[in-house]
Amino acid sequence: MNSALSITKNIHDWLFSIMPETAANIAEMVLIALVYLGIFAIAGLFLVLLERRVAAWFQLRIGPNRVGFQGLLQTMADAIKLLSKELTGTTKADKFLYNLAPYFVIISSLMALSVFPFTKEFQAFDINIGIFFLIAVSSIGVIGILLGGWSSNNKFAMIGAMRSGVQTISYELSIGLSLLTMVLITGSLQLSEIVEVQKSGWLIVQGHIPAIIAFMIYMIAGTAETNRAPFDMVEAESELGAGFHTEYSGMKFAYFFLAEFINMFIIAAIATTIFFGAWLSPFGITESIPLLGVFWFLLKALILVFLMMWFRWTFPRLRIDQLLTLEWKYLLPLNLANIMLMALLVWLNLTISF
Amino acid sequence: MSYFSDIYRGIKTLLTGMSVTGKYFVTSRKGAITQQYPDNRETLKMFDRFRGEVIMPHNENNEHRCTGCQKCEIACPNGTIEIIWDRGIDENTGKKKKKIDQFVYHLSMCTMCGLCIDVCPTDAIKWGQNFENSVYDRTALTRVLNEPGSTLEAGVED
Amino acid sequence: METVTLNSNFKSEEYFINMGPQHPATHGVLRLLLTIDGEIIKKVEPDLGYIHRSIEKMCERDSYQQIVHLTDRMDYLSANINNEAVCLTIENALQLEIPERVKVIRTIIGELTRISSHCLWWGVMGMDVGALTTYFYGFRDRELLNDIFEETCGARLTMNYNVPGGLMFDIHPNFVKRVKDFIAHFKTKLPEYDRLLTDNIIFQKRAMGVGILSKEDAISYGASGPVGRASGYSCDVRKHHPYSALDKVTFNEALRTEGDTYARYLVRIQEMWESMSIVEQLIDNIPEGEHRVATNAVIKLPKGEYYQKVETARGELGVYIISTGLKSPYRLKFRSPGFSNLSLLNHIAVGGKIGDLVATMATLDLVIPDIDR
Repeated sequence: MNSALSITKNIHDWLFSIMPETAANIAEMVLIALVYLGIFAIAGLFLVLLERRVAAWFQLRIGPNRVGFQGLLQTMADAIKLLSKELTGTTKADKFLYNLAPYFVIISSLMALSVFPFTKEFQAFDINIGIFFLIAVSSIGVIGILLGGWSSNNKFAMIGAMRSGVQTISYELSIGLSLLTMVLITGSLQLSEIVEVQKSGWLIVQGHIPAIIAFMIYMIAGTAETNRAPFDMVEAESELGAGFHTEYSGMKFAYFFLAEFINMFIIAAIATTIFFGAWLSPFGITESIPLLGVFWFLLKALILVFLMMWFRWTFPRLRIDQLLTLEWKYLLPLNLANIMLMALLVWLNLTISF
Repeated sequence: MSYFSDIYRGIKTLLTGMSVTGKYFVTSRKGAITQQYPDNRETLKMFDRFRGEVIMPHNENNEHRCTGCQKCEIACPNGTIEIIWDRGIDENTGKKKKKIDQFVYHLSMCTMCGLCIDVCPTDAIKWGQNFENSVYDRTALTRVLNEPGSTLEAGVED
Repeated sequence: METVTLNSNFKSEEYFINMGPQHPATHGVLRLLLTIDGEIIKKVEPDLGYIHRSIEKMCERDSYQQIVHLTDRMDYLSANINNEAVCLTIENALQLEIPERVKVIRTIIGELTRISSHCLWWGVMGMDVGALTTYFYGFRDRELLNDIFEETCGARLTMNYNVPGGLMFDIHPNFVKRVKDFIAHFKTKLPEYDRLLTDNIIFQKRAMGVGILSKEDAISYGASGPVGRASGYSCDVRKHHPYSALDKVTFNEALRTEGDTYARYLVRIQEMWESMSIVEQLIDNIPEGEHRVATNAVIKLPKGEYYQKVETARGELGVYIISTGLKSPYRLKFRSPGFSNLSLLNHIAVGGKIGDLVATMATLDLVIPDIDR
């Protein structure tokens, strides 16, 4: 728990001055959890709006522009509408698992959110196995999807869930390996240290060719990991209707929906942290103001998010067997070769650093 | 070798596709094809042949041109038009003559085929431009086209 | 009537899934009864009749002028060609001499309808394989055509522009200019379609070698239109039995031999080019003259049987009228292209994945009201 910008420091001191240590610790944790929940909700809603506007612009439309200034409150209104909707469900559903599934999805993405270094020392949880933790936690989400599809007692949902399982397990590999490629340079899994290493050049510059290959593989696998087009086999609305969340309605559906967008942000944020120097500004132009790091972090992440949206609104969907072919025949061998290349590079000291 | 050429071709075609959508994204400001419909009511003008609904124009003396010949009623495939007619004494000739009491138009049954307007010998009915026909009660879609107290325009014969 | 026998012949791994009648990929109310093993299709049984409106029976009640407007509601994407088919049948039966002007205008509007239908198909094809943006690009170009139709006929979809004996009214003064503008516009947009979807490697992988239909099967199943031509079956009615002004124009029949989903896709893209060239040949010299020949107010066809076929955007539409000399036909039968093309589905989709079925169905270009009538 080293959340210690000056404001947080003050809150920290104040909390410890008015109550005993244990209570203060708990209060602090609750506060931080609430802050992250807020970030989660706001970021989710904002990303949904962004997606809709970006999609509209790709498709020669205008997009939501009625609710609030330029439609800024549109997704807020949608969320309120979803809150007020009836929670329907199938009678023969496995009620317990059915209700549990959305929380798996949402908690896994919430946990992943906690380790990102938004700016210098603005990080809820600087664990020393950061990347490992991220990969591990973000793959819990698939359990939620599997449970949701299975317990709905709907064949379309079932097919979607099974596809999701196959897809996520396969693409986990590529994500892990492409991140591992970069870990060869940093020599550490801790996110704050990875950022520290990047002060002498972002990793995508340091690792040049293999880093770019790793980045491309990571983006492909990351898009697949979040179940977004062109890898949206899980939902595939022209094939499965709505896929695994066919039977979900109201707020439970909204959880899945929000989690999908947060996952997209997480994938982009991981890429930002590993490849593009997290909150570091380009050429260190704003290094003296650490608070601007949040701006740089979000800017980089949003550019990558935009890239994923660009994919989604351009490409057709792959078929399930082609999806696996792509992973096992193309990405995985390339990835392994890429790791060798990177290892060679690090061994021969050919990385570029300033 | 086809393995690597596949990868190359794949990346190339994907980038080509992205350039197409990207071009539209950049020019989206002026390229939007959306009509902001309820806002542009003032400027929205339908084409002059637009088939919105059947109307019966009346002149300033509250006169229409319908002689009650019922050709439209026969031509209509759906029974949309019902003409309730009567016989009145023609003032000039003193003969009994058919005249309409009510020209009933069921918009809810109309398929806008245009056959009634096509067959009308006196151009008594024509297409209106109104297309905003949503109502809460479907009886509102049954309309009497001739206005109360209206009479046949002089000199119109079928 | 029993339509389905379930649960009798299932193997242990197989299960049954109901695709439709409310499913995004069936483009309407078609119900497909799928027997699936995992992702692999074992059997497809189309179940029809959800939008059956007895159009053929209604035709036995209506006068010949009224019949025309019902055909708008069959294959609504090529409404004008349907109208033309009925009108041609009636005119042939009456042995009316149709002015050249009418023939040329009918052909132009028919070809524009074909382009418009293929635009929509292209957008929906992209959507079915997951590229949602194509839908809007297809509709953007179709919208221009709809504007042309609306200005001339007054309606965008169910136009009812043809009447027995000619056209309901003459073309709008702006028609020629607008059509030329559209052709100029569309010539720049059609290559974009290629760059966005045709050349895309994901789309090619999805479409190539999927849903293969051999020429023999195409003929024996009665496939027509782009579906038949993609299998190398030269079945273009416009070429073999030209009607209206189609004998005055030169165009190539889009033919391919692969017979897979990608070939059907390419045939339709090529047809858009061919249709544009037909319109271009005719648009500059629309002959002067009447737009309509007077017919009796009550048309009575001489006793006998009449048949006329035309090429709609989906294939061969046949109109078969038996007349007993009364003001309504004794029997009217439409040979609709979608019905025969749908019957292929089980033959070409079995063995593929669910995704293949969707892509294959998209290239069959089914319009369900055309199948059910």
